[in-house]
Amino acid sequence: MALTSKSILYMEDVFVVFDGFKALNELNFSMDRGELRCVIGPNGAGKTTLLDVVTGKVKPDSGRVVFKEKTNLARMRQEEISNAGIGRKFQTPTIYENLTVRDNLELSVKQHKKVTSLLFGGATAEARERVEETLDVIGLTSKSNWRAGLLAHGEKQWLEIGMVVVQDPDLLLVDEPVAGMTDRETDKTAALLRRIAEHRSVLVIEHDMKFVREIAERVTVLHEGAVICEGSIDHVHKDERVIELYLGRGSEEHA
Amino acid sequence: MPGETLVDRMEKKVGGVILVLAAFWFIVAMPSLNAFGTPGSFFHVSDFTLNLFGKFLAYAILALGLDLIWGYTGILSMGHGVFFGLGAYCMGMYLTLEIGGEGVYQSKLPDFMVWNQVKELPLFWKPFHSFFFTTLAVALVPGALAAVFGFLAFRTRVRGVYFAIITQALALSAWLVFNRNEVNLGGTNGLTNFKKVLGFTLTEVSTQRGLYIVTALTLCGAYLLCRWIVKSRAGKILLAIRDAENRVLYSGYTPANYKVFVFSVSAMLAGVAGALYVPQVGIITPGRIGVLPSIEMVIWVAVGGRGSLIGAVIGAIGVNWARSYLTSSYPDYWLYFLGGIFVLVVQFFPDGILGVVRDAPRKLERWIRRKERVAADENLAALRSEG
Repeated sequence: MALTSKSILYMEDVFVVFDGFKALNELNFSMDRGELRCVIGPNGAGKTTLLDVVTGKVKPDSGRVVFKEKTNLARMRQEEISNAGIGRKFQTPTIYENLTVRDNLELSVKQHKKVTSLLFGGATAEARERVEETLDVIGLTSKSNWRAGLLAHGEKQWLEIGMVVVQDPDLLLVDEPVAGMTDRETDKTAALLRRIAEHRSVLVIEHDMKFVREIAERVTVLHEGAVICEGSIDHVHKDERVIELYLGRGSEEHA
Repeated sequence: MPGETLVDRMEKKVGGVILVLAAFWFIVAMPSLNAFGTPGSFFHVSDFTLNLFGKFLAYAILALGLDLIWGYTGILSMGHGVFFGLGAYCMGMYLTLEIGGEGVYQSKLPDFMVWNQVKELPLFWKPFHSFFFTTLAVALVPGALAAVFGFLAFRTRVRGVYFAIITQALALSAWLVFNRNEVNLGGTNGLTNFKKVLGFTLTEVSTQRGLYIVTALTLCGAYLLCRWIVKSRAGKILLAIRDAENRVLYSGYTPANYKVFVFSVSAMLAGVAGALYVPQVGIITPGRIGVLPSIEMVIWVAVGGRGSLIGAVIGAIGVNWARSYLTSSYPDYWLYFLGGIFVLVVQFFPDGILGVVRDAPRKLERWIRRKERVAADENLAALRSEG
């Protein structure tokens, strides 16, 4: 594993320590452009911390975090990282409940983010077009004038995915997108993520093994803040340590 | 919007009409009835009432700003008395200098300075000889303080109850500072005994009427400004910050900049309110800028209905009207009343008076439907038992 021109994200020897607890313990992780990667692992394995480090919410105590082979993320502020091309979908739906679905997307479009530009200017025709496209992709065109708070749980999740996509990120981080979804919603979400991954790199954290099997090209298994196994889903399923640590318990829960 | 009923559509149309009527009432009708009505008749507005409403309308300007930061952006400021006070003291300094040599001591210096044996006018007083400078300062001084204070607080992600507490600390320290004689702002007694504004005698009825009209027009302008802000895309970001600040941050915005902006605008409106208050009330003391008045201001907005500009105006006028009525009729009970109404609003009417009025038709509609349904069920049951 090395930093190459194909890398979209490269993490080397990353340490994150919270009050003596090693949330990330010499983590080495890398991902190529255009990949759709799933990260799995038991609770407390460091999955969410990994996303926090990439998005700048948590600063690593040591190690390197490189985006697109040359951007060093460790020194950047959260909003700078977002504008550099990394989008994040939170675990629970995080949307603007009191604005319309369309406004939710329109505010998220890649554009000038200064107070004055939003105070004096309207959305550009190009931005509006991107919003309409995205509404279509997430299947919420008919509800575009709804107050977002009125949407169903699954629809809120899709809206937030849409808000991240409309930001036009090169790398999209998605934290447990199907938690609390019905089977039909889960299928729709899988199709949506596959469609998004055609044009950009996507990193998904997920517990639901059925869902992982449906979407993943490559799977990374985290345990106690480090990668213990990586490969195709079948490869991971056969790994003894993984079976012992996670799948044994996990497959019972999620079967 | 989905679920939009006939009531909603009517509301939108009626809302505009009511607004124009209200503006007409306050800007044209009230001062006209004061100037031309026969005293004692039903259609006469007394000088006292007009002056009282001038004060209320000034408070309403402050309430608009407070609603912008609290109702729309979700940041509770419990220090707006300070910004109100800065505007008021700026205007008070101008008015004090206008007294000239007509003070008790017949000195060029303000009376309290003679009393405190200050020999020369302090440097920071000098620009307030200019009315033009004063009108700028009443907005810019509080605006600048809010920008600096907000920058420090919001950059370091101070929010929620912690922000509310440090604004309280700001109010307390401002109160302590303004109370000191060394600051040369009149100490505990504040600034008072004003004589003239722009050459017009303040005790003249016509001057007070003029001040009232200026206040009403300024309120109108402040309302339009706030409305423009909340309807703009930046206004939507304010709501977005209230609903999901993390999302705003992860969409590449710097929420702190938006907060500093809205906090400053809010402080400027408070300063303008203070400046309009002073010539109409005739005195400004540290007592008007401390912790208690700052909290009272929050209550106006809560009672009127936060998150709605009209609600803030209704709250400021309504609560203060109740206050002037109760303090003259039952002086001992005002604070209990104020506390009681606050608890009542927080517990049962989170959207304030405006929320109650706005939801009443819908609630009535629902109640009637339920009644109809119960009646229909009873009929059915009766038919069945007969059959």
